[in-house]
Amino acid sequence: MAEENIRSKIWREVSQEGNPFVAEKCFCAGYDVYGDMLNKASWIEYLYLLIKGEKPSSSHKRILEGLAIALANPGPRDQSVHGAMSAAVGGSTSASCLMSALGIGAGSFNGSREVYDAVLAWHFCANDLNSWCDYFQNEKAEGKAAEDDDVWPSSEHTAGFDPYAEHCALPVKQTLEHLSQIGDVTALLWLSDHRCQLEEMAGMPLALSGVSAAAFIDLGFDEYQSEITYLFLRLPGALAHSLEQRAGGWRQFPFFRDGVVLTNDPKDCVADSPAEEIIGKRSGEQSKELESHE
Amino acid sequence: MSNVDFLYEHEDKLKTNMGAWFAGERVVYRGKDLFPELGDEPWMRVFLYGITGRMLDDKQIKLFEGVWVLCASYPDPRLWNNRIGALAGATRSTGALGLGAAIATSEATLYGLGPGIKCIDFIRKVKLATDGGESIEKFLSAYLKKERSFAGYGRPLVNGDERVEPIAKLATELGYDNGAHYQLAYDVEEWLITSRRRMRMNVFAVIAGLVADQGFSNREFYLYLTACYVGGIIPCYIDAASKPEGCFFPLRCDRIQYEGSENRPW
Repeated sequence: MAEENIRSKIWREVSQEGNPFVAEKCFCAGYDVYGDMLNKASWIEYLYLLIKGEKPSSSHKRILEGLAIALANPGPRDQSVHGAMSAAVGGSTSASCLMSALGIGAGSFNGSREVYDAVLAWHFCANDLNSWCDYFQNEKAEGKAAEDDDVWPSSEHTAGFDPYAEHCALPVKQTLEHLSQIGDVTALLWLSDHRCQLEEMAGMPLALSGVSAAAFIDLGFDEYQSEITYLFLRLPGALAHSLEQRAGGWRQFPFFRDGVVLTNDPKDCVADSPAEEIIGKRSGEQSKELESHE
Repeated sequence: MSNVDFLYEHEDKLKTNMGAWFAGERVVYRGKDLFPELGDEPWMRVFLYGITGRMLDDKQIKLFEGVWVLCASYPDPRLWNNRIGALAGATRSTGALGLGAAIATSEATLYGLGPGIKCIDFIRKVKLATDGGESIEKFLSAYLKKERSFAGYGRPLVNGDERVEPIAKLATELGYDNGAHYQLAYDVEEWLITSRRRMRMNVFAVIAGLVADQGFSNREFYLYLTACYVGGIIPCYIDAASKPEGCFFPLRCDRIQYEGSENRPW
């Protein structure tokens, strides 16, 4: 039977003399990683090379670098980072912290699926305001009525825009301004010029995921390359905040002790008091109980 | 109400009917006291109650457990999701990390949860069309023309599915073999055979039919499937962990068949 191999355009290895399982030389898209790239290439250049198989142009390098900084830390309020911290404070494995960030940060609300959808929209609409207008109208017409035949739940807002902002956030504008001033960008520049019109059509301000989608378009990334790169670039914040909260421990991390309001507690069925009052009281007791565990 | 008001409304307050832990006292699970009301129940009944909010009877539990045993408990580490468990064992990672990653992997488009939810949706659409008076032949022909395939029909690596017969036997034993969705799954295969198509029914068509007949929605079916591969993954992890470290299908350097650019200086 023919030997089954891994086919790759990315990676080649030359084994050590006498041991075919140890690599003596590693080549990435033809470049000697340890013998040549190590002291010449930047991390961002290497990342681009791994994804695209070619060295980035100067502008592509600057776009990816700027995007990497803009996305690196969504901050501890972000759901994906919250997940990483939640894993860390309980003493879970480091891998579970990042897995939590990835799993949570994959969705269509502020996650990589949103970028996937937004990149598809860019492929469809490009730099054409009329196409975007049709796109937003279709989005509104479809609304939440999308068929439930996919593992992904239906998206509840237009990809790339922020349903909870009333005005475009300054970091979003700053990122767009910086990236659109890098030469050799078309989508970013067009987005910068038409942001206000797009926001009006979407009915909500542009989000960082929308800027990211335009940046990925200018980088020549397809929807899968964009989705997975966005996931990856947001991990440093999960890494840092999980380390910080692991050191701080669960006592210093919100438990939302009095936060759960149970609407169908079987005990309340026989009580006369309004449910929320009872729960408020019980939650208080719970807080004391938790204190006693400390 | 603006969207921001939704955030204010939910700040520090989660209103739920799913349940809560009353520290040191009790647990409420979807409106039931866990210890006195669910303590004696089999895990599958509690699991499905958690998904649907309905308590299934013993016969239904046998069906849902049987599906997991017969359709998803394949301890073969060559299968892509099981392989994650095995690789985690080989690298001496933890069981939970291997299992967690393997479960996530089971949400594939080629197999597992992706085709699963598409399949129950497809069977439900066939039912809707035929209930509405459309002939199954006309519906399937038009659907195939548009979508190019039927979820639940055809299979990677092989065309037939060895799981169909044992599941059909279980369905007959439990008296679920005359359900409308279940029957339609076979009607679709019959149409494929008579119209000389190569696709054959795989087990997802059968179980999607059976589960739809139990009143499960698409999303409930999907959630039921999320943990179904656990029984196959764990033995793969144990096996690889019991062998010398790093010895799960080790690959020589020249097993990378390079097809990229020639050597070049940076």
